[in-house]
Amino acid sequence: MSNLDTFRQETREWLEANCPPEMRKPMTADGACWGGRNFEFTHPDQKLWLERMGEKGWTAPTWPSEYGGGGLNYDENKILAEELFKIGARPALASFGLWMLGPALLEYASHEQKMEHIPKIVKGEIRWCQGYSEPGAGSDLASLKTKAVEDGDNFIVNGQKVWTSYADECDMIFTLVRTGPQEPKHNGISFLLIDMDQPGVETKPIKLISGKSPFCETFFTDAVVPKANLVHDLNKGWDVAKNLLQHERKMLASMGLGGSASGGKGKGKSGSGLANLSKKYVESSDGKISDEGLRQKIVKSDMDAHAFGLTLRRASEEAKNSNHGPSAATSIFKFFGSEHNKRRYEIMLEAMGTQALGWEGGEFGPEELAVTREWLRTKANSIEGGTSEVQLNVISKRVLDLPQ
Amino acid sequence: MTLTLSEEQAFLKDTAKKFAQEKTPTTHFREIRDNKNPECFDRAIWQEMAAQGWSGILVPEEYGGSNFGLAGIGVVLEELGRTLTPSPLFATSVVCATILNKAGNDSQKKEFLSKIASGEITMAFALEEGPRHRPFSINLEAKKGEKNFILNGKKNFVIDGGFADYIIVAARSSEKEDELSLFVIAKDVKGMNIIPTTMVDHKNAANIEFNNVSISEKNLIGTQNNAKEIIEETLDISRAALSAEMLGGALEAFDITLNYLKEREQFGKKIGSFQALQHRAALMFTELELCKSCVIEALTAFDEGSNDLQRITSLAKSKIGETFFNVSNEGVQMHGGVGVTDEYDIGLYMKRARVAEQTFGNSEYHRNRYAELTGY
Repeated sequence: MSNLDTFRQETREWLEANCPPEMRKPMTADGACWGGRNFEFTHPDQKLWLERMGEKGWTAPTWPSEYGGGGLNYDENKILAEELFKIGARPALASFGLWMLGPALLEYASHEQKMEHIPKIVKGEIRWCQGYSEPGAGSDLASLKTKAVEDGDNFIVNGQKVWTSYADECDMIFTLVRTGPQEPKHNGISFLLIDMDQPGVETKPIKLISGKSPFCETFFTDAVVPKANLVHDLNKGWDVAKNLLQHERKMLASMGLGGSASGGKGKGKSGSGLANLSKKYVESSDGKISDEGLRQKIVKSDMDAHAFGLTLRRASEEAKNSNHGPSAATSIFKFFGSEHNKRRYEIMLEAMGTQALGWEGGEFGPEELAVTREWLRTKANSIEGGTSEVQLNVISKRVLDLPQ
Repeated sequence: MTLTLSEEQAFLKDTAKKFAQEKTPTTHFREIRDNKNPECFDRAIWQEMAAQGWSGILVPEEYGGSNFGLAGIGVVLEELGRTLTPSPLFATSVVCATILNKAGNDSQKKEFLSKIASGEITMAFALEEGPRHRPFSINLEAKKGEKNFILNGKKNFVIDGGFADYIIVAARSSEKEDELSLFVIAKDVKGMNIIPTTMVDHKNAANIEFNNVSISEKNLIGTQNNAKEIIEETLDISRAALSAEMLGGALEAFDITLNYLKEREQFGKKIGSFQALQHRAALMFTELELCKSCVIEALTAFDEGSNDLQRITSLAKSKIGETFFNVSNEGVQMHGGVGVTDEYDIGLYMKRARVAEQTFGNSEYHRNRYAELTGY
C-alpha cells in the first residue's frame, strides 16, 4: 500500500471514531462554529469536534505542525477533504483567523508571534475580526487615518474602523493603522494586532438592508497595544495587507459558488438547484421549464458555476507545484464569484415571484424568507473585500500589465 | 479529470506553437487566401504535420497512429488556431478518423486510418442539410438495392468537402427518422456533385449534391441504421477538439488587442490607460480563464473516461463560442479604424469565430442541450 493509501485508511478510521454524530448532520444557517473566548456552542458535539480537530491541527490541515497546524501536504490535504466530505462532516471551525490572518502571519510574523497566535487560531480559542475599512477609506483603502503613536513599549491607537465583521463577538482584531503620517500613503501603514477586551475599544453593530447586522463600526480611543503585536516592520503593513487581501478574496470567491455549483463534478440529471427551485413556482412540461427566458438565465448561471468550479480546481492544481500563495489572479475569482452569486439570487427572485418578496410572517415559508434576506445580503458580495471595479483594476494593472 | 497538461502534452503544445509561429503565421493564411488556392491549404505543410505525427494522434498504433488522445490533438489545434493555420487536421484526423475508429470494420480501418495517419488522404464529413446545426434531421436518403445503396439528396457546409479525397456521408436509411447510416465514398464517384463554397473565414467548405449515387455495401461504415450513436459520439469529440482550436483563436485575438492597447496613443496617452477599456479587457481575460478550464476538462474527459461527456462538451463549446465571439468583436472595436481594415489581423479572427461558432452547434444549441441533460 502506498503512503497515501495508508494515510487515507488511517484518516478514515480516525474520523469514524472521532467525528460526533451531531456533526455529521447537514449544516444549518446558524450551525457554524466560530470559536473564541465567548462562543456559545449550540451542541456538546460541536465543542467536542472542535477540540478533537484542533488538537490534531486539522482545522488548518496544511499549516506547519510546529505552530499547531496539521502539517499535511497537498495530496494528504485533498484526501482529508474527501474523507470529511464522504461522511458529511461539518467544518469544525469557521474563522477569519483560519481564512485570512493565519496565512499572512505564517508569511510575515516573527517566530514568537507565530507561536503566540497561530495555535490559538487552529484550536479556535481566539476569534478574530478584520479592521481595514474606515468611513473615509473604502476602495481607497490606503488613505486610512486610524493612527498609532509609539509610547514606550506600546502603541496608542485612536480612530474608527467600519465593516468589521462580527466585531461585537470577537476577541482580537487585526488592523491597518497609520504610523508614518509624513510618508507617502502606502508607506506609512503598519499591521497591528489589537486585543478588543479593553476600555479603549468599542463596537456598534450596523443594520443592513437585509435587516441583519453582521458588520460593526469599531472605535479606538487611546487603545493600548504592546509593540510585540506589530507584525512585520513598522510602516510595512501594506505588504501584509495585500497578501491578506488575496486570501480574503480567495475565500469570498469560493463562497460565490454557494449551493449551486457542482465544483466541476458532474451531477447529471436533477443537478440544478436553480431549476429545481424554479419548478416549484413556474410551469414545466416533461421536466422542461416552460418560461424560456427564465430557463436561459438558469442554464447560463449553471454553466457559469460549472466553469467557475473547474477554474478554481485548475488554479489549485496549478498551485500544487508552484508553492505560491494566491496571486493577483485571485481577483478574477473574487470578481466572478461575487457577480455570479448576485445573478443567481436575482434568478431565484424572478422564479419565485412575490413569494420571494416577503419580509416576515407566516404567509411565506422560512426558506422563502431566507432567500429574500440572502438576496439582500449578496448585494454586499461585490463590495466587500474590494469592489468588483477594484478587482477589474487589479486585473488590468497587475495581471494584464496595462499602463497607468 | 486532470486540468493541467502532462509533461508530454506540454511538450507537444510547445512543438506545435513553434511550428505555427515559424511555418504558418497568419501571413501563411493570407498567402493561401490571396492566391485563391482552391484547396485552401498547403500540401507541403500538411506533409510536415503528418511527419510530426499529428495526423495520426487519434489513430490506434496498429494502424500507424500514436493514439495519443484528444488532449494531444487538442493542444495542437489550439496552437494552430492561434495563427488560423489552414489544414485538414480537424475534418480528416479528428472527425473522420473518429467515425472510422468507432464504427469502421477491420479492412476499412486498415485502408483509411493508416492513410490518414500517414497524411496520404484527406476526408470530409457530410452531415448538415440546412443553415443551422440539426444533426438528426436528415433527408438525404440511402435506398438499399440488391447489392448496393442508392443515395439521393443534398448536403451543405461540408468542411474540407471541396478537396477531400473521400466523403463520409450521413444518410437516412429507413422510414424511421432515427435510423441513419454512414457511408464512405471516393470523391469522383458518379452522381456526386461537389460545389466548393467560399466562406467568410476563407477556409474550405462545400455543398454536395447526390443524384442517384450508387455505392456498394462495402462503403457502409458499421451496420445499417445504427449510425445515430456513432454520429453523436463523433460530434462530441469533434466539438471538444474544435473548442480547443477556438480557444487558441480567442487567446490570440485577445493578445493582439492587449498589445494594441499598450502601443496605441491618443490624447497623449496609451489607450490602455483608459479605465473604460481596462475593465473590458479584464472581463475578457476572466472569461478566457473560464474557457481554458472548460476546454481542458472536455479534452481530458474523453481521454480519462467521464460519465458526463455530453454536458462537459456542450459547456466547453458554448462557453468558448460566446467568448470567441465577444473577444473578437471587442478586439475589432478596440482597434478603432484599423480594426476594420484587412491589413490588421484582428478582423480575421472575428470571421473565423463566426464560422467556428456555427460548426456542430452554436452556443445557444449547446446551452439548450446542457439544460436538457441536466433535467430542465
